[in-house]
Order: sequence, then structure tokens, then C-alpha cells
Amino acid sequence: MTLRALLRLAWREGRASRRRLLLLVAAIATGTAALVAINTFTANLRTAVSGEARSLLGADLAFASRTAPTDALRRLADSLACAGAAPCDARATVTTFGAMGYVPSRAGVRLVRVTAVEGSWPFFGKISTSPAGVWPQLQSARVALVDPAFLTALGASVGDTLALGALRVPIAGTVDHVPGDVGIATAFGPRVFIPGALVPETGLLGFGARAEYDTYLRLPAGAEVEAIADTLRPTLRPERVRVRTVEDEQRNLGNALERLGRFLGLVALVALLLGGLGVGSAIHVLIRQKMDTVAVLRCLGGSSRQVFTLFLVQAAGIGLLGSGIGAAIGLGIQQLLPRVLGEFLPVTVPTTVSWPALATGLGLGLWTAIAFALIPLLGVRKISPLATLRRPYEAETRPPRDRWTVLATLALALSVLLMAVVQAGNAMRGAAFAAGIGLAIAGLWLSAFALVRGLRKWFPHRLSYVWRQGLANLYRPANQTVSVVLSLGFGSFLLATLLLVQHNLLRSLRVDGSSRRPNLILFDIQPDQAAGVDSLLRARTLDPTPAVPIVPMRIQSIGGRSVQDYSRDTTEVEGRPAGWALRREYRSTYRDSAVASERVITGSWWGAGPDSAGAPVSISVEVGLAEELGVSIGDEITWDVQGVPVPSRVTSLREVDWARFETNFFVVFRPGALEAAPQTLVTLVRVDSAAERGLIQRAVVERFANISALDLSTVQRALDDILGKVGAAIRFMAFFTLAAGLVVLLGSLATSRAQRLRETVLLKTLGASRAQVVRVAVAEYLALGTLAALAGLVLAVGSGWALAQWLFETKFALPVAPMLVLAAGVVTLTVGVGLWSSVDLFRRTPLDALRNE
Amino acid sequence: MLRCENLTQAYRSGAGTLTVLQDISFGVSPGEFLAIVGPSGSGKTTLLGLLAGLDRPASGEVWLDGNPLSTMNEDERAALRGARVGFVFQSYQLIPTLTALENVQVPLELRGESDPARAHALLERVGLGDRTGHYPAQLSGGEQQRVALARAFSTQPKVLFADEPTGNLDQRTGAGIIELMTDLNREAGTTLVLVTHDPELAGRARRILRLADGRLVSDTAA
Repeated sequence: MTLRALLRLAWREGRASRRRLLLLVAAIATGTAALVAINTFTANLRTAVSGEARSLLGADLAFASRTAPTDALRRLADSLACAGAAPCDARATVTTFGAMGYVPSRAGVRLVRVTAVEGSWPFFGKISTSPAGVWPQLQSARVALVDPAFLTALGASVGDTLALGALRVPIAGTVDHVPGDVGIATAFGPRVFIPGALVPETGLLGFGARAEYDTYLRLPAGAEVEAIADTLRPTLRPERVRVRTVEDEQRNLGNALERLGRFLGLVALVALLLGGLGVGSAIHVLIRQKMDTVAVLRCLGGSSRQVFTLFLVQAAGIGLLGSGIGAAIGLGIQQLLPRVLGEFLPVTVPTTVSWPALATGLGLGLWTAIAFALIPLLGVRKISPLATLRRPYEAETRPPRDRWTVLATLALALSVLLMAVVQAGNAMRGAAFAAGIGLAIAGLWLSAFALVRGLRKWFPHRLSYVWRQGLANLYRPANQTVSVVLSLGFGSFLLATLLLVQHNLLRSLRVDGSSRRPNLILFDIQPDQAAGVDSLLRARTLDPTPAVPIVPMRIQSIGGRSVQDYSRDTTEVEGRPAGWALRREYRSTYRDSAVASERVITGSWWGAGPDSAGAPVSISVEVGLAEELGVSIGDEITWDVQGVPVPSRVTSLREVDWARFETNFFVVFRPGALEAAPQTLVTLVRVDSAAERGLIQRAVVERFANISALDLSTVQRALDDILGKVGAAIRFMAFFTLAAGLVVLLGSLATSRAQRLRETVLLKTLGASRAQVVRVAVAEYLALGTLAALAGLVLAVGSGWALAQWLFETKFALPVAPMLVLAAGVVTLTVGVGLWSSVDLFRRTPLDALRNE
Repeated sequence: MLRCENLTQAYRSGAGTLTVLQDISFGVSPGEFLAIVGPSGSGKTTLLGLLAGLDRPASGEVWLDGNPLSTMNEDERAALRGARVGFVFQSYQLIPTLTALENVQVPLELRGESDPARAHALLERVGLGDRTGHYPAQLSGGEQQRVALARAFSTQPKVLFADEPTGNLDQRTGAGIIELMTDLNREAGTTLVLVTHDPELAGRARRILRLADGRLVSDTAA
């Protein structure tokens, strides 16, 4: 047979079952659409990041540190940017710190992120403000620019006066977009921009305040930025100055976004694979129904190979059409993605067509259809021409276990692995993902199989007839119960897992109304302010916790070896303390007893009173940090407390429940050594009404400008917001898998259509009313949906528990009501889709039963 | 028991209408054994469907046990079938997911009744007392048709419609089925309406209606 003849025959043969084949096309299209959409989006994102790279940093080079830049650093910067000329207009300094901002004429106060700009930063990229063009005023005038969110929160407007510590300046406008800024960041604290020269006037950067200092440089044209950065890093690292370049920024951001894109892409791949599964299962049944056709073709002289090719061409046609339609839809959906993900993106993502993404989608769609169709298609070769004469009742077309089947199975497994690797962009992650999919599918298949088997074994014989008939339909010959349960179950599984993760993350922070746990935290309290704060709170009949002292410090040496020594040492040694843990600033406390959120696991807590004179002070270290530092009981750590060395000895290791809204510490000192050290205090208090919390924060800030307050409900809202948006992005993709599941359901309904028609009409002939026939169908789809939801939820509880236990390290809780709502949703969808596709079956008159013979 | 007057059935096909049955009138008395014969396409099955209330005629009327079918809606006709009518089909039409015993019980259960003992007795009567738990796929064609017969008699119908009941069976098995059907007919006093193009089978009826091109061409007593 020529190729043309083959194609023509494939087309003619498929004509009769076009409706069914179209559903298979839809199954492939759903997954391809998701894949093309997300891959195009990721490609565009990559283009946008590299296109805007310079404006992401706003400079060629930046120095970042936790302490104010030293004169030496300034001189170094000036020499790099302006070859030493003064004043240097190619250097800018940006100081960022948290503070309480308010508008005196309005109620309320907000914890804000103050950004003090000195110099003409950013050198690249444009900050958009409204009114437009007010940004340069920060360089000369006494004004502030704020996030629109700040004005909204306080009900203030442009022109009002901003109070920031002791500083009072008019708000000249709002900042709508800063290159490189992520919209979602404002959830934790709106930004307030002030001229750098006004920082001293706020009086806020006193002892204990945390600020970040960035020195931005525009280098002369032709400067070798990376080379300069590489030579500077070794000398600046011990000074705790980080060197940032455009390339770093692009790499970090690119990596983070790439990961997000890859992850969503893998979810899309799941949708495609489910579609493939649906195709495979439908073709299995289709082949069984096409036995007569096959046998006739064989009788007429077709070789088994020709017949096999004929159906393979049909499968490829399904794949080609499906991936083509899917790619077109995907390009449409791609326009929506920047809206769903916009808040996480520091760049504006264009929505142009990415040809590689399109080609990948088309290729994967086509290949999925063929790879999944191959195994059931192999059964075609074994259909004998004799079947035209004598067709065995309930003939099996199960593919024979020959080497071709083994090869096809291997090819399928390899395809899935390869697709996962392509989509994950990394062999290890791809393999892990493929294994994960395999595990989830195996788990779902097992639970679906067990449920169907269990139903058959313990069949509820006591139910009324319509229920028994509906349930019995689940294992009618050529049923696709397991594949439908699997594909619908996977969608439910993904959605339920998301729900569980979100619930468990938020639950750990939730303080319910009846709880007496504190919900307002006041920090940066200077020792001489403690009494004043306490009496202010008590005057309002509140009961604050005793103030907890916080002493900032750094590690000077461990076991006699200095941190500088460690930093210089580039040889990797097992157990060597990690760089960050060595160099970071620690905020430690001292107290004589352990608190509720911590538990000593090795060593013992100290008794009352200080250590004996001259001995190193006893400390208790959090177990994770101890591991990172490579220290254990008895080891000595010398701390640098504001320039004073304080030797200590580890006497216990603690486990800390960080999720509790309490003051928790990596390192706790035995009282007696730190009392005289410079320190700040923290106090927590429970305030029931939100309005009262607002009033108290304002009262505290007006009297003690440097004290910051954090309202737990604000943190919760911010987290709710962020998790909600991340969740929305993932849910968006997860819905594709549910959609693929529904398409598979529709496909299986279409394949079993003739049989269901026969059954419906037969029941009517035997005296069933239309209501009874509908109830039988409802029972069937209800059972199918319930099985799918149950299988999905069972697996989701397992994975949710595992994630809570090992990834988020919180206690697992099962939100029963939302899970039931989800299950009810899946069941309703299944019943709805099932009935909708059967409406015309119910209308057929019983005479069809006779006519169809 | 069964009467039809001026029964006409036509289907729309393409531009024109295709008349399948034209102006058929006759009556059947209780306990009678009637065969409807005619070549393929003569309208036998259509007539059977109209008599059993499986479809509505274009014009004319059918009285089944005194009930005028055209005044009844689909569910009422279904209820009437469930109570007074039994069916046997050429391709048995058993429900594949139910056992033989369960298949026999379906018509009763649709009425919300249950009588396993009777179903059992009927299967005994058709010689399948030891196969009650088998699924259709585990039974031969003849055995399946016997289950279908047991099902047809499970509601003690007043009329039994049989559409080529032996068409898919070999001669010997077919003869056995006919034997069984006429015996049951006699025992229960059921009216039997049989559609067939097998002259030998028709010969066993006491009255034969001949159809050709949708018209009644003869009505003879055997």
C-alpha cells in the first residue's frame, strides 16, 4: 500500500468514530496547551530578564553590607566609578531599614521599609512615579515618596506629612514601579523613599537597628565589571561586604524564575501524560470494538503490519491534531499568565510567540499520543481474519506478551523519563520527577484497583436495584474505570495536596480568637525605654510579657580558630562550619530557664545563678545551627559582642519550634555575662481588637519613635496573600490536570456509548421509567467520582503529611471541611459531565434496542 | 388483549418521508399464539415495537390490555410494559454485569419488588437451576436465551413479544427454545406475539400475519 492510500484509508476508517477520536484529540490538546503556555511564558521571562538586566540592579556594580560603608569603601568606590574625582556622581548610596511610618493628621501607623537614597540611583532603568517626574526631587528637596499601599493603609494622600521617627516631610508622590522590585514584597511592608541626607534626622539608626547599605556604582564605559568584581571579592568578604554585579543579579533572578517556570511546566506535563493515559485506555477499548473492521481488512488481503500501521497513523493523527490545537490554545492562555504571576515578577514579561516552546509542545503532544497508543495497538496484529466468520464471545485483545510489547513498554517508560528531563531541564530533577509521577500513578492505580476490587468483592447486595445496577456498571466489560479514576484522581490529588500545604503553613501562624497568645510584638526597645513601654501598656489594662533582652553579636572564633581563618580556608573539609552561619550576626538572649517553644535534647540546662567566675559562660545552641557550625557539647565559641570578646562553652543543644509567634533564639546564654552588654528589648502583648492594636502602635511610636511594632494579623494577612497567590499560580496549572481528567472521562463515556445506549434502552423496554434510568447513571458516575476523589485525597493526605513532616517541619493537620468541599466538587463535576454526555441516551426510544440488532 | 387500528408509521428521511407501516388493523385474543412474518424490511420489527409501546405511531391507535397507548406518556408505557409485557430478543439482551439470577429479577426490581425464590424457580424451569450465579459471558447462546425467557416470564406477563428468538441459535437449540416458550405460554395462559421470517417456526403458531412493504397482506389461521 502506498503512503497516500494508507492515509486515505486511515481517514475513512476514522470517519465513523470521529466524535470519539475528537475527544482523544481534546485529551492531548489540554496537556499541550498547558505545556506551550507555560514554556512560552518561561522563555519570554528569560528574554525579559536578560533585556532588563542592567536596570534590575540599577548599576554596573554594587557593594552590600550590614554596616554603614567605611571611608575606605567610599574611597574605593569613588576610585572605581570616577577615578577619584570628587564629587563623584557615578556613586550612589541606598540605605534600607524598617521603621514605623505614619501621617500625624491620620489615625494608624504602618511598619514600612525605608529606602534612603543618596545620589542619582538608579543609573539604569526608570522609576515611575505619580505624578510623573518627582523621583529626582529626592536628591535636593525635603520630600518623601511612598508606595501607594502606604497611602491606602492610612487613608492618607499625596501632600500629607509623613512622620518617620523625628523626621517630618511632605509626601510628594507615589512610586509605582521600581525596576527589579517584586510587587508581592509590599505585602510585608510598603516602601517609603526619603533623601539619604535626612536619615540622621529620623534618629532611627541608633543602637540595635538593622539596616542594609548598598553602594551603587556606574563604571566607565568598557570597564571589565566581572573581572573587577572577582578581584574585589576576596578582600571585601572578610569585611562582610558583598559584591553584586548585573550578571549575578540576572543569574540569581533567572534561576529563581526558571525554577518557578520549570515547576509549573512539570505540572503541565502531568496534564499531558494524563491525556496520554486517556488515549491509551480509549484505544485499548476502540481496538476491541474494531475487531470486525480489522478482521475484514485482514480478509481482504491486508497484512497485520499494514493494519497496525493504519491504526498507528490514526493515533499519530490524533496526536498531531491534538498538539496543534493545544499549541494554539496555549498561545492564547500564555497571554493570561503574566496576570496570574505578575506580582512575583520584577520585569514586564512580553507575550511573544516562542518557537522553541511551540516546537517542544507540538513534539511532546505528538509523541505522547503515539507512545501511549503503541501498547494497545500491538494487539491489532494478533486479530485473525477468522474473526469475520466466528467471533469469540468477549474476545480479549489484550496485547500479547511478546518482545514487541516489552519494547513498546520500555519505550513508553523511557519517553516519560525523557519528557520529564526535557521539561525539568536537568537529568537528576527530571528523573526524580518521573519517579514521583510513577509513584503517584502507581499509588492512584493501586487505590483505584483496590477500590474497584473491593466493590466487587463486598458488593452491597442490600442496596436498591438502581444503585446495584449503577455500581455493577463500573466493571462492565471493556470498562475504563481504573483509567478514569486515575486521571480524575490525579487532578484531585494535586489540588488536595496544594490545599493541605497551604492550610498547614498558615495554621502554624494562626492565632484564633479565643487564644490568649500574644499578637503584637514591640521590638528595638532601648533599656531606658522598657519601663515607659511597660507602664504605657499597663495603663491600657494590658498584660505584656516580661521584656526579653537581645544582644547582637558575631562569632569571633570556634575552638580557638578564628572566623577569618575559616574564611580564608578554601579546602573543603567534612564538618567545616558553613560560611553564612560563621559570618552572620546573631541576636542572642540570656535567661535562667527554658521556654515552652524549646526543648533540650542533649546536655542539660544550667541551674540558677551565673557560672563560676573566670569560666566561659554556658550557652545552649539550636540543634540545626550546631550541626551547621559543627559544634557539640563542650565545644568553645568566643563571641564578639560589640568589640568585647566573650568566651562561651556549649552545654546543651535545643530543638526550637520556630513556627510559634514567640521570641526564639539560636543561642541562649546563661545569665551573668551579657547583662552589661549593649542590648535592646522585645516585649509581646495580647490585644484583642484590631482598632486597639492600631491605637497602641501609634501611641508607642509617638512616644518612642525608634520602637517598631509588628502586628501578627498583618503578618498573617501578608502570608495569606503570598501563599494565596503562589497557590493560585499552581492551582491554575493543576486545573489543567483536572480538565485532562474530565476529558478522559468524556472519552471513556464516548467509547462505551453504544453499550450504554443498549443498556439504557433495554432497561426501558423491561419497564424502567426515565427517572430510574437516570438514577442508574447517577449511581454509576457518583461511584466513579467518589472513587476518584477518594483515591486522590488518600494519596494527597500521604504526600501532604510527608511535606509537612519533612519539608516544612510542622505538625500535620487535616482540614476536613475544605477537603470535603474539594471532594464534593470533583464528584459533582464527574456526575455533571457524565449526565450531560448521556442526556440524549435517556431520550432514545426503546425501539432502538430492536433496531440496533 | 391486544388491538390495533389504522396503524401507520413513517420516518422522515432526507427530503421525503419513508412509510414503514400503512393502515394496519387487527386484534389478538388472550392466550392466542400469533406469528408476524414477512421478508426483511417489511416492517415486522416496527410493528412489534408499536404493539409493545416502544415507540409512538404516526397515526392510529394500539390498545394493550385495554389501555390506549397514545394517551400514555413514556413512563406510563414503561410501567405498563413492566407489569403486563415480556420480551425475548434475537440477541438475548442480558445485562452483562449481572448474574443469571439477577438478570431474571430485573423487571421485578424495577417495580420495587423482589422475589428471588420465583426467579430461582423460573431458572429451574428453563433448566438452568445450577447456573444461577453465572454471568452472561459464562453462558452459551442457548443458555443466555433461556435466561432471557425466564426473565420474560418473571412478571407473569399477559403478553410476550418475541423478536426472532432463535435467529442467533443453531436449529436444535432454537427448537428447544421454541418448545420451552410455547410450553410456558400454555402453562401461564400468556398471549404470544412472535416475529420471524422462519416459516417452520411460524408454522407452530395458530395464526399468521403476513406483511409486505408495510402492508398487511394476509391473516390466516394455521
